[in-house]
Amino acid sequence: MIQLDEYGYYGKFGGAFVPEMLFSNVEELRKIYVDWIAEPDFQKEFQRLLRDYVGRPTPLFFAERLSEKYQTQIYLKREDLNHTGAHKINNTIGQILIAERLGKTRIIAETGAGQHGVATATVCALKGIRCIVYMGEVDILRQAPNVARMKMLGAEVRPAKSGSRTLKDATNEAIRDWIQNPDDTHYIIGSVVGPHPFPDMVARFQSVISLEMKKQLLEKTGKDYPDHLIACVGGGSNAAGAFYHYLNRKEVGLIAVEAAGEGIDSGKSAATSVLGTDGIIHGSRTLLMQTADGQIIEPHSISAGLDYPGIGPMHAHLIASGRAKAVAITDQEALQAGFELARLEGIIPALESAHAIAALDKLSFEKSEVVVINLSGRGDKDLETYMKFAPK
Amino acid sequence: MNRIEKLFAQKKEGILNIFLTAGYPGLDDMPKLVKTLELAGVDMVEIGMPYSDPLADGETIQASSKIALENGMTLDILFEQIQELRPQVKLPIILMGYFNQVLQYGEHRFIETCKRVGVDGLILPDLPLIELERRYHRLFADAELPISLLVCPSTTEARIRQIEALSTGFIYLVADAATTGNAASINEQQLLYFKRIQAMKLTHPSLIGFGISDKNAFDQASQFAQGAIIGSAFIRAISGLAGEQLHQAAENFVQRII
Repeated sequence: MIQLDEYGYYGKFGGAFVPEMLFSNVEELRKIYVDWIAEPDFQKEFQRLLRDYVGRPTPLFFAERLSEKYQTQIYLKREDLNHTGAHKINNTIGQILIAERLGKTRIIAETGAGQHGVATATVCALKGIRCIVYMGEVDILRQAPNVARMKMLGAEVRPAKSGSRTLKDATNEAIRDWIQNPDDTHYIIGSVVGPHPFPDMVARFQSVISLEMKKQLLEKTGKDYPDHLIACVGGGSNAAGAFYHYLNRKEVGLIAVEAAGEGIDSGKSAATSVLGTDGIIHGSRTLLMQTADGQIIEPHSISAGLDYPGIGPMHAHLIASGRAKAVAITDQEALQAGFELARLEGIIPALESAHAIAALDKLSFEKSEVVVINLSGRGDKDLETYMKFAPK
Repeated sequence: MNRIEKLFAQKKEGILNIFLTAGYPGLDDMPKLVKTLELAGVDMVEIGMPYSDPLADGETIQASSKIALENGMTLDILFEQIQELRPQVKLPIILMGYFNQVLQYGEHRFIETCKRVGVDGLILPDLPLIELERRYHRLFADAELPISLLVCPSTTEARIRQIEALSTGFIYLVADAATTGNAASINEQQLLYFKRIQAMKLTHPSLIGFGISDKNAFDQASQFAQGAIIGSAFIRAISGLAGEQLHQAAENFVQRII
């Protein structure tokens, strides 16, 4: 059974390794999150926004030409069709409702590629709450369109200037901000990472993905589950949502696709399940890339959303226990898969999601088997990168 | 009686604890700096084990940690430095760092090494109370390696009592709910918090840290605790210095405080 224990652990991974200055905030959330999310009033508002604002349910699309190529039955869960272009908004809608109930007047968030930053800026605009997004200085330069979107939505984008100046450092800065502003601020963390209860809370908000999938699969295939379920994993929020209602359904093969960067042994990789060891990052015990001395190693991926040295504790447990299989995809393979999906199905995937598509090549399926790929985001933000590598 | 207990037994007020980052400004500067500090009148030192992702530290200490790591500082080098330094100074030496560093070194190996080289106590800000209680308290207690726990303005009274029960060193009173190095001086709200803690009559001695940067703040803090910890302000005072200048700056800094 995949289950969270009372201390916030999945197996040996999880917990809340936060300094005393953050304890009261994290504890406040821990006490209320399960009950509040279950409340009918909360659910009513959450579902209304997911339906009327985000545009859910997202379609489950039978990808005919892709299926033909890989000789199996491939469906795409179209999270790319959500408002703001990715699954990230499922979580920010849920957390803004929590923040509102807590009476918080200031929201902070971290972002890598800018997708979570945009999704946070969006819900803050919707609710008229002040929004500050921490983003690595390097990412600000390489993701200019998303920086502009956040600004247009009224958010303040603060550069993280420490360390490698990417997602890991933006997360550090957001946590520091929260330590300094514990009373009026809620931290909308963007993935299933961080101290308990964040990984579980974010997974619950993202679980709408697999809830819809069950119903849609039943209608389309006659059974409510796929044989194989594929999702990319950076911190792991889209995978957590796609896996959620199948965690304890052994008939479903769970496949977590990581970014191998320039290759697992290249020194420029983000394949945490292979390169990572048991440790603590951003308040949670999990697998992370680190030196023997416990210093965190800078990861690399062409996709800013997968460019993270850790992995959510639930995924660390799924992989370590053998429940999920990890597949590593290089930058090059992801780019190729992006072009393949564009030309076979007319869908340009985010570079993150392209990693999940690329996994098709590494796996084998029966012709009659049902394979679902969680297409977590759209590729508009990545066009410049794609064009650099466009096939002649 | 360990060195921490001895100090607090002998000196009831005005204890000055200086924080310095191991391997900063130069890889080998820490041991000689500690000697300089002791001669200048510092009562205790807190040595930061430089970490790549120091969540509870402000910009100054974070930047010093980065330089220390670039200088090549590792836990093995640090332990060697402390072993050599230990017989040359009398003051208690406290190690401050992040729990992942302890985990990766190996909890047992870390504790054994601390004892062997003469570390007098630990501060691990991201090791939460619940984890300490569940897994590690016994380990530290059996090794007689004191661990100092943090109390901050949002810590409830019931929790402070729990912290007291598990703390084996002094209580580290976080002056402000801000990461280190930001506050200018002690404000009204902080005074109320210090008075509240003082009224609780803690069974452990306490030191106030975070945001204590000058004589004025140090003297104020000393009214509510046995003394205070100064970190960022000291790091700023020695930033970029080497040789004689470095030690002169350290000495001058202490003289301005006491």
